[in-house]
Amino acid sequence: MSSEALSTILFLVIVGITVAITFWASRQNQTAADYYAAGRNFSGFQNGLAISGDYMSAASFLGISGLIALAGYDGFLYSIGFLVAWLVALLLIAELLRNSGRFTMADQLAFRMRQRPVRTAAATSTVVVSIFYLLAQMVGAGALVTLLLGVEGDFAKGLTIVVVGALMVFYVTVGGMKGTTWVQIVKAVLLISGTILITVLVLAKFDFNLSSLLGAAADNSGKGEAFLQPGLKYGATTTSQIDFLSLGLALVLGTAGLPHILIRFYTVPTAKDARTSVNWAIGIIGGFYLMSLVLGFGAAALLDTGPGSQVAATTGNLASPLLAQEVGGGDGTAGGAILLAFISAVAFATILAVVAGLTLTSASSVAHDLYATVWKRGKASEKDEVKVARIAAFVIGGIAIALAIPAQKLNIAFLVALAFAVAASANLPSLLYNLFWPRFNTRGAVWAIYGGLIVCVGLVFFSPVVSGPETGTALFADHDWSWFPLSNPGIISIPAGFFFGWLGTVTSKEPEAEDQYTELEVRSLTGAGSEQAVVH
Amino acid sequence: MSTETPRAPEPHGHLSRHDPIYDELHESADFIELRRRFRRFVFPTTAAFLSWYLLYVVMSNWADDFMSKQVVGHINVALVFGLLQFASTFLIAWLYSRYMNRNVDALARDVELRYNERQGGGVR
Repeated sequence: MSSEALSTILFLVIVGITVAITFWASRQNQTAADYYAAGRNFSGFQNGLAISGDYMSAASFLGISGLIALAGYDGFLYSIGFLVAWLVALLLIAELLRNSGRFTMADQLAFRMRQRPVRTAAATSTVVVSIFYLLAQMVGAGALVTLLLGVEGDFAKGLTIVVVGALMVFYVTVGGMKGTTWVQIVKAVLLISGTILITVLVLAKFDFNLSSLLGAAADNSGKGEAFLQPGLKYGATTTSQIDFLSLGLALVLGTAGLPHILIRFYTVPTAKDARTSVNWAIGIIGGFYLMSLVLGFGAAALLDTGPGSQVAATTGNLASPLLAQEVGGGDGTAGGAILLAFISAVAFATILAVVAGLTLTSASSVAHDLYATVWKRGKASEKDEVKVARIAAFVIGGIAIALAIPAQKLNIAFLVALAFAVAASANLPSLLYNLFWPRFNTRGAVWAIYGGLIVCVGLVFFSPVVSGPETGTALFADHDWSWFPLSNPGIISIPAGFFFGWLGTVTSKEPEAEDQYTELEVRSLTGAGSEQAVVH
Repeated sequence: MSTETPRAPEPHGHLSRHDPIYDELHESADFIELRRRFRRFVFPTTAAFLSWYLLYVVMSNWADDFMSKQVVGHINVALVFGLLQFASTFLIAWLYSRYMNRNVDALARDVELRYNERQGGGVR
């Protein structure tokens, strides 16, 4: 049987399982708390797996190993930043948010602020971050189909993206948070198993000697020891070094501001379970990134990564599946075909699960924050609210599909890094100020969010990533309106978010926000009066 | 059956003025001690791991010679430094959980219990 047919069958099996889970989960979706937060009934371990599933997106699986395969050591920064970032979430955000929020990121901010302006701002940044992140996943889906079906045509890519989009809308509208969480759990287990398998096979080729793997990677890359040292991708000029620093900041501060990660903390019964879930996530994600280091250097050692190769042509996005084929026996062998099919099916499952999580997050925010509070002024029934969430899932899915097509040329990990920059600039400042600064108020929250968001997205728009011939992969290579030299804006936009939050706060007076800080502080630290799990 | 307590939001302005019990709990000795213990661990640790991480990023950028030194075979300082970031992350997560278990969780339970008693709910 050909690898294409095998991949298709495996892929259909995975889709079948997840569809069944979604139907099963839908039977318990009665209240808004069921739909948005799975009744807060997941255990710490289950949620830890689901968080890992959300986080080990196509960016981690395909993107990071691809970057290491092409840029060597510099790709490793991504995994380190992505992992250390979890400490910010663990120490400063997870438990406090579980105690003081309800369904969306905005709930926590709006706790002591004027509802409408704050919810509008938070919903806007939630949707923007999620769409950046969705784009990355869709680009991954497009790259995979090119490899699997061996077709280069835009039609095949477009069709895949539409199928992925349709499935994600199904998971989200029918399964709600419970269905989506179970899909994440299944996918996390599959992804970890697949990664362990390939890692062991790669290491076995080098007699489990890391040093000889690295040596082979250095030789085969044609760049020698420099391939194992920092600076290959980012060390060329002062500008690229500052870009590296900027990326490092965005990675480490972004996680704790990602809306689809934040709402995961609401799916457990207590703050202590939120802590347990982050601990599990740190263990699983850390182990996964250590393995992706082996995958990346393994791809560099065993595959052709030179100019014109399939790995280079897809900016590294296909390094892991091609590596699986190689360690299974190579192109044209049964073992190679099976492993390629298996890893590609896992990657598809990954993409499906992550897009579902992201769509649910933005749909929840649109329904709960914009529709129920801003538009209906708190008078919408729970039933209407959930209905609007389902409609919003369709619309957001459509936008992501439409934007994904022109973005096919970009590296996935790089796109996700932009989502992290937006999250760190627009969301993290207001979350931290709200939890730890009694004086913080509505204007501060609104300015922090819009300030960070506009500076961040604006700088990306004027960077060489969007226009100009410099990078060779810009969205509009034929026109050049870029003047901002960095490809990741974090180093400017994150401080800007904090600055605007401070400025907005000190230029307005709002004693009510300060009064209610006592409630926020007691609730966030002790759980007194926090939302309880649903008893069915 | 749902046990969620609906908080009626007032979309024009703030949520309705909160229960004064929070002011009382906020001033209680238990809570002040809890907050002190929480902050005493969390703030310095955050400063420490962020500095440690930034040191790594800065060294990767501007300390080529040091980072390129080979330790064993093809394994160089940069790789070891990176792996140490993993180790420190695992360690801090474990230390934090142990610290919270021993020093903070019991206090938090007491304050929450007092809140629940005042709400007439008792132990949940």
